Amino acid sequence: MRPILMKGHERPLTFLKYNRDGDLLFSCAKDHTPTVWFADNGERLGTYRGHNGAVWTCDVSRDSSRLITGSADQTVKLWNVQTGAQLYTFNFGSPARSVDFAVGDKLAVITTDPFMELTPAIHVKRIARDPNEQTEESVLVIKGPQGRINRAVWGPLNKTIISAGEDAVTRIWDSETGKMLRESDKESGHKKTITSLAKSADGSHFLTGSLDKSAKLWDTRTLTLIKTYVTERPVNAVAMSPLLDHVVLGGGQDASAVTTTDHRAGKFEAKFYDKILQEEIGGVKGHFGPINALAFNPDGKSFSSGGEDGYVRLHHFDPDYFNIKI
Amino acid sequence: MATEADPKKLSWADQMENEDNADDLTLFPLPPRQVIGPDENGIKKVIEYKFNEAGNMVKVTSTFHVRKVGTKMRKGAIERRSWAKFGDAVDEEVGSRITMVSTEEIFLERSMVKGREVDETKAREALGRLGKRAGFLMSCRTCGKKYDHFTCRCPYKDLAPQSEPLKHERPSSEDGAAAFSETSKNSYVPPSTREGAKKIIGTDMRRRNEENSIRVTNLSLDAQESDLHELFRPFGPIARVFVAPDYRTRLNRGFAFVSFVKKEDAERAINSLNGYGYDNLILKVEWSLPRSK
Repeated sequence: MRPILMKGHERPLTFLKYNRDGDLLFSCAKDHTPTVWFADNGERLGTYRGHNGAVWTCDVSRDSSRLITGSADQTVKLWNVQTGAQLYTFNFGSPARSVDFAVGDKLAVITTDPFMELTPAIHVKRIARDPNEQTEESVLVIKGPQGRINRAVWGPLNKTIISAGEDAVTRIWDSETGKMLRESDKESGHKKTITSLAKSADGSHFLTGSLDKSAKLWDTRTLTLIKTYVTERPVNAVAMSPLLDHVVLGGGQDASAVTTTDHRAGKFEAKFYDKILQEEIGGVKGHFGPINALAFNPDGKSFSSGGEDGYVRLHHFDPDYFNIKI
Repeated sequence: MATEADPKKLSWADQMENEDNADDLTLFPLPPRQVIGPDENGIKKVIEYKFNEAGNMVKVTSTFHVRKVGTKMRKGAIERRSWAKFGDAVDEEVGSRITMVSTEEIFLERSMVKGREVDETKAREALGRLGKRAGFLMSCRTCGKKYDHFTCRCPYKDLAPQSEPLKHERPSSEDGAAAFSETSKNSYVPPSTREGAKKIIGTDMRRRNEENSIRVTNLSLDAQESDLHELFRPFGPIARVFVAPDYRTRLNRGFAFVSFVKKEDAERAINSLNGYGYDNLILKVEWSLPRSK
């Protein structure tokens, strides 16, 4: 395949998200400006100007009308996807690390980092249909985990919130009461910071990637560990194919390995694994720096990766990808 | 009969003569371009005629496979396609290189499954064993064990190397070889594996080479045997150059061994080339064996 290279960001990429129809790709980077691209040919549609710090995360509503972004400038902003206009700004006392719209787009879960005296927290905010009626108030604030909460997403039917972070523990919280329902087992769970989380298309299982060079597949209801995928590099981003039983891991390079490894350019790859057999299928090389973001198009026929090199690489699969047999 | 030199009305024969480039065949029209449209398999052929650099008429047949890829787009997606650009994308020039198609084709490189890896190591081992029997005789001179390890890898390195017996052996080698050849078996035995002093001379040479071997480290990855030969040749005749290959990448592992015929040459090479800048890396050149002086 011939990947399409999109160099719209001057700084490393942090997050990638496709809209539900799979025709738009939203990219967030440390350069303060989230960008939206057409997912078929990589043509840039527009940028959202307004943040004053690295943008760590974003999510788009189901009808692709609203974009929510979380940034290191301690704000979370709501945007009009089409015009790029800012609709609302939520202010926090610390950088926002993760945002996720609920099913129905009426609620959003936001995580904030520990900062000075503030402990990390998970906030649930109500999102009004009319931006003029939007208020700052939180429906729920959950505190408890130590260390940065890198990712928090909604569980099935918005009944639960799943969080994962620096303390290497995956937790499931009740979204109405804020009580912790389940916690991942210490022995079988991750050993180092969990950097990324990806839900399956139907929400029944999710994948977490960690700096301990592995990714784990969990059941959403019971938080039992289903599968583990081992790599040689710390994992920065994970994605699951909605079409085939494939899991993709993107990673970086251990600091200790930097001087001793082969410095051939374009060597950072997105590794494909068979979801069920846990075996490596292969890798797609090309990035010049560690891969920080991965996303699959909802139709499963293409995927994109964002790296430390500031490039977004959009890959449309060749027909033989769909015939891969282990 | 002389024809009037009328510049306007030259016959085509005269025109041909007068022309500087006599092979200007533009007078002869080219056959038209043909397009044989896509058939039921989607194969389209385009036949064109043109002149190549030598002035010959060339027929170029291009075959295309035409495939219509239809994608269903959601209604919203179709609508979004016609949205106006905003933000930084507004003032984008047509030739801006924000979005580029990669020049290289990238494939999903299949990883070596564990089973296959095991086969490779087995194959290498088998090859090594074969080499021991067929090609060279891997015998260690210090401890006398055969087929086990080379002299430089001998675990009993501190045993005194046999230097005396060699001088005696040489004059008697010819007699030895002659004597043995009479009593040899009916099958032909090549000189290198014949019993007798010849073998010792071989090992003598090899051992001498081992002693005159130098190890070159921090070598640039794309250095070849010939580069090293060139680099070390000024110091004296070289018996052997061995560059450690990396089978996966086909480059070298960054080190090599060079064996000189004479020890003094090796010494001079070490003194001169250690610390020498070669292809942006500083070479480290030293004796390959621990200093056995």
